[in-house]
Amino acid sequence: MNLGHIDPALLLAALLVAATPILLAAIGELVVERAGVLNLGVEGMMITGAICGFAAAVETGSPGLGFLAAAGGGAVLALLFAGLTQFALANQVASGLALTLFGLGLSSLLGQGYVGIKPPPTPHLDLGPLGDLPFFGTVLFSHDIVVYLGLALVVAVWAGLKYTRSGRILRAVGENHDAAHALGYKVVRVRILAILFGGACAGLGGAYVSLVRVPQWTEGMTAGAGWIALALVVFASWRAGRVVLGAWLFGGVSVLQLNLQAAGVAIPVEYLSMSPYLITILVLVIMSANRSRAPGSLGRVFHASG
Amino acid sequence: MRSDHNRVPADLLTLTDLSKAYPGVLANDGVSMGIRAGEVHALLGENGAGKSTLVKMIYGLVKPDSGHMALDGQPYAPAEPRAARAAGVAMVFQHFSLFEAMSVAENVALGMERPPRLRDLAARIRAVSESYGLPLDPGRIIGDLSAGERQRVEIVRCLLQDPRLLIMDEPTSVLTPQEVEILFQTLRKLRDEGVAILYISHKLHEIRALCDTATILRRGRVVGTCRPAETSAREMAETMVGAAFAAPARLAGTPGDVALDLSGLSVASPAAFGTSLRNIHLSVRKGEILGIGGVAGNGQDELLAALSGELRTPADAIRLQGRPIGRLGPAARRRLGLLSAPEERLGHAAAPEMSLSENTLLSAAQREGLVARGFLRRERMRAFASRIIERFDVRTPGPDTAARALSGGNLQKFVIGREVLQRPEVLVVNQPTWGVDAAAAAAIRQALIDLAAKGAAVICISQDLDELMEISDRLGVLNEGRLSDIRDAASLTPEEIGLMMGGAHGMEVAHV
Amino acid sequence: MLRVERRPQPSRFWTWLTPPLAVAITMIAGGALFAALGENPVAAIRTIFWEPLFGEFAFYYRPQMLMKGAPLILIAVGLSLGFRAGIWNIGAEGQYIIGALTGAGVGLAFYPLDAWYIFPLMVVAGALGGWAWAMIPALLKIRFGTNEILVSLMLVYVAEQLLAQMSLGLLKNPDGFGFPGSRNLQDYAAAHNAEIIAGTGMHWGVVAALGAVIAAHVLLQRHILGFRVRLTGQAPRAARFAGVSPARLVLFCLGTAGALAGMAGMFEVSGPSGQVSIDFNVGYGFTAIIVAFLGRLNPLGILLAGLLMALTYIGGEIAQSDLGLPAAAIQVFQGMLLFFLLAVDLLTNYRLRLRTPEVAP
Repeated sequence: MNLGHIDPALLLAALLVAATPILLAAIGELVVERAGVLNLGVEGMMITGAICGFAAAVETGSPGLGFLAAAGGGAVLALLFAGLTQFALANQVASGLALTLFGLGLSSLLGQGYVGIKPPPTPHLDLGPLGDLPFFGTVLFSHDIVVYLGLALVVAVWAGLKYTRSGRILRAVGENHDAAHALGYKVVRVRILAILFGGACAGLGGAYVSLVRVPQWTEGMTAGAGWIALALVVFASWRAGRVVLGAWLFGGVSVLQLNLQAAGVAIPVEYLSMSPYLITILVLVIMSANRSRAPGSLGRVFHASG
Repeated sequence: MRSDHNRVPADLLTLTDLSKAYPGVLANDGVSMGIRAGEVHALLGENGAGKSTLVKMIYGLVKPDSGHMALDGQPYAPAEPRAARAAGVAMVFQHFSLFEAMSVAENVALGMERPPRLRDLAARIRAVSESYGLPLDPGRIIGDLSAGERQRVEIVRCLLQDPRLLIMDEPTSVLTPQEVEILFQTLRKLRDEGVAILYISHKLHEIRALCDTATILRRGRVVGTCRPAETSAREMAETMVGAAFAAPARLAGTPGDVALDLSGLSVASPAAFGTSLRNIHLSVRKGEILGIGGVAGNGQDELLAALSGELRTPADAIRLQGRPIGRLGPAARRRLGLLSAPEERLGHAAAPEMSLSENTLLSAAQREGLVARGFLRRERMRAFASRIIERFDVRTPGPDTAARALSGGNLQKFVIGREVLQRPEVLVVNQPTWGVDAAAAAAIRQALIDLAAKGAAVICISQDLDELMEISDRLGVLNEGRLSDIRDAASLTPEEIGLMMGGAHGMEVAHV
Repeated sequence: MLRVERRPQPSRFWTWLTPPLAVAITMIAGGALFAALGENPVAAIRTIFWEPLFGEFAFYYRPQMLMKGAPLILIAVGLSLGFRAGIWNIGAEGQYIIGALTGAGVGLAFYPLDAWYIFPLMVVAGALGGWAWAMIPALLKIRFGTNEILVSLMLVYVAEQLLAQMSLGLLKNPDGFGFPGSRNLQDYAAAHNAEIIAGTGMHWGVVAALGAVIAAHVLLQRHILGFRVRLTGQAPRAARFAGVSPARLVLFCLGTAGALAGMAGMFEVSGPSGQVSIDFNVGYGFTAIIVAFLGRLNPLGILLAGLLMALTYIGGEIAQSDLGLPAAAIQVFQGMLLFFLLAVDLLTNYRLRLRTPEVAP
């Protein structure tokens, strides 16, 4: 065992990469939940995004198109959820589970021809002299565009929710859908848009796993990242800024345990592999003491009785 | 009484032959009426008379099945509230359309078409609210405001849009008498500025004090119009209800021993924006009805929960016939004779999807022997449900009907009947006649009086002062989780009760 | 324009008709899917739903239905109690794994002793293992208000890692030449969950599943505990008013589901599967969620739904070997079933109406 081989700069750089998929998925789900909808299908949308993105990138040779396809794939799956919960008024928990089970099956069906292939590499963004900075160059300025996109998305969601009229309407719908309806806002329309956004974000997150993080296609490769993203929203108390913190925490834990595995620490690999899930539980326990910030209408079925 | 449908074109808003049907109900049946600029027009009717549906059509929330409306002589058919607001129609809802976790300014902005920036809006909110005597801090979170303050937010939200027609749905149910008087002054000021006000209520003395014209609805139809100042309350009531009701008969008896005693009851509210109870002292004797008044949200739900056993308290804080029961759960308290009926019928006092027969199990499992060694005795459940239906005149196809299929009044009769027929030692009810038609309300009040006459102690929590004055022997008021001194009901005037409720809560008279 | 209108009472007619309707729609959509994969849709559907029951090798497949249906039914019955009460245990897969580990662990601990009490002890150990694993989300929910959905799900991944560790470490077969996996319990008579009547597929797990269905039916229809479960799910505030303790209900529902899932895992590891191995679990814990909903959270419905779902597993395998249909296709098929079920469920509580334009009077 040799912990000295772990380079802190590389570790932190890897942390940003590891955090990106759950960051993307979580910020999308945050918007969905702020609109009052609980979509437990994040895992299903992520894995669908992973294969859609992977397949599109391999077929076209363009990772950019791959990410686009991933967002589309996630959104299409989310549309199914929207149909079930907003039109068929189905239970959101059950519908989310259905989405995950369906997405896992669909992705392995779509992914049959793609096992063992390498995707086209996603280029790193050339930030010129910034990338040459000692330490910070490696940690902050040597990533692909999606890492920055994820962070930009967090800022956009934060500002959008807080300062724009659309953000205010979205929060109003999530807080009290009956009142929002009485004021004449289109509760269902707002929610469908939020659900589609959440699906696209989850799809992007999934594609980041299959195109950058791993990068290859294997069945069930998101391995619970979608569920961790859901936990992250609780952890963040439905606030955008804290999603970043949470994602880095989980990114850090998973990178660290991988490094410890590589360094040959005398703990069985399986116990190290458990750690992200155990940490998730721990964090949930700590955070769930204060649920008061949850959107008022979260998970409730809305039916305008006229 | 006059009944002139087609008014002169001076009307700001004219409704012609509006009809709206829901499955099984004709909510509005050919309603025609006119509202003039600069008048306060009362829309009077019992619960279920169709008032809410009518104003929802005016506000664009519901589309009429037939008929048409005209605003200023122009055809008016708002597809959504936004269109109504654009046309100058504003509405203050009975159940507020507010967002608890958001600030006053954000809430006001959500009700506007083109809200200015929040900072500018905050300044306008301050200005408008103060000039109408409804001071508001735009930065506060709605969840922390009292019911009266929340209503101010709704009103200010409407005023900021310079409405031509202001609809107010039962606005005084959350106000103290003093606050009502201030609201009336604000409304009179608006009227004098030329605003038409459609004022929905079933409280006759308010309408006589405020309104210039009244349209009376019964079962979805216009059954009369009148000038309230020139019409007696009795005459209006009979038109509204379609029959005369005798006030419940109350015989003054001599109260017996103390049945229930609360000493220093303090308990934190489990709800995020709830009201905690603080140091409550009261005792109620056998054969007595103790009324507890107060504006909504001052601890009524918490008091009921603390008494029913849904909220646990220190053991000594609540004593039933001398025995400390603060730590006992609902089932144990029922066994000892303390029964209760919460305010919310659907989802709290009764399970909406379950049959009436199954709903008997909620509170009567032990006292009526509906369960034997854990197994349900379905015949007994049915029999008990049938007995309630029969004795309390619950209009329903039978005990197998789902609770949610009953009308509000009938379900409330079932809920109260379920508790009364179990012969409680002490019965606690919260808002027993809320949202109930006059006939059912009279029957429920009579049942409570009869129960007390048989020697039970009754605590009636209500926001309806008239009801409390009518049935209570003694009266206390909840204000911000504290209970006032308890006084003899016969000796109290509405003004005194209003002061016990906390007076005007920082409202002031409009700066006319 | 189509309009959704709430029914005054849930429709009994649609309550029973929606599952067959969903199955029918799934067959059509699934046929389209198979056609898109280049198969003859009619042949594929026939292979999945007809072959196992009435085909040439039905004598072999029919017992399989009981073997595959039993764990699904056992788990789904447990889950349905919680789902009815609004307690969402979706980590049955983890409880199933842990039950298999503890059950097999007890059996292997006695190896090679031959005694009658070993198998019953294993059943108890399996149930206890699943119960204990389910107590983690239950206790966290009661004590800290932690979301049981996420915790129980996270524990599936933890259980999978534990399973891997056990089959490589503690429970590894000492005579296995270093290969991962435990001793095969089928070769250890005292711990073997053998068929009760040879060739029928009827093992003790099947008996337990039938017992669970009957017990759950009685509980929900006739017992106050079942009433409390239903009441809490439909109207939580009314349940508190009636004196139901939410904490106790969480313990009961999660505990029962965990114990039943654990038992299912134990019956599987000591019977059809035989040994603890890294890929022991095949997703029964998740498929059981579909079974529970397809059976309308009703024990008798779950019995039928479990058999149907077992049929799709077996039919899927036949279609895989005979037609070369990808294994994932059947997974998609099962997922679709849940989708359509949730969608047509609308008809139970709401009615659809065509809004005709009003003619002015």
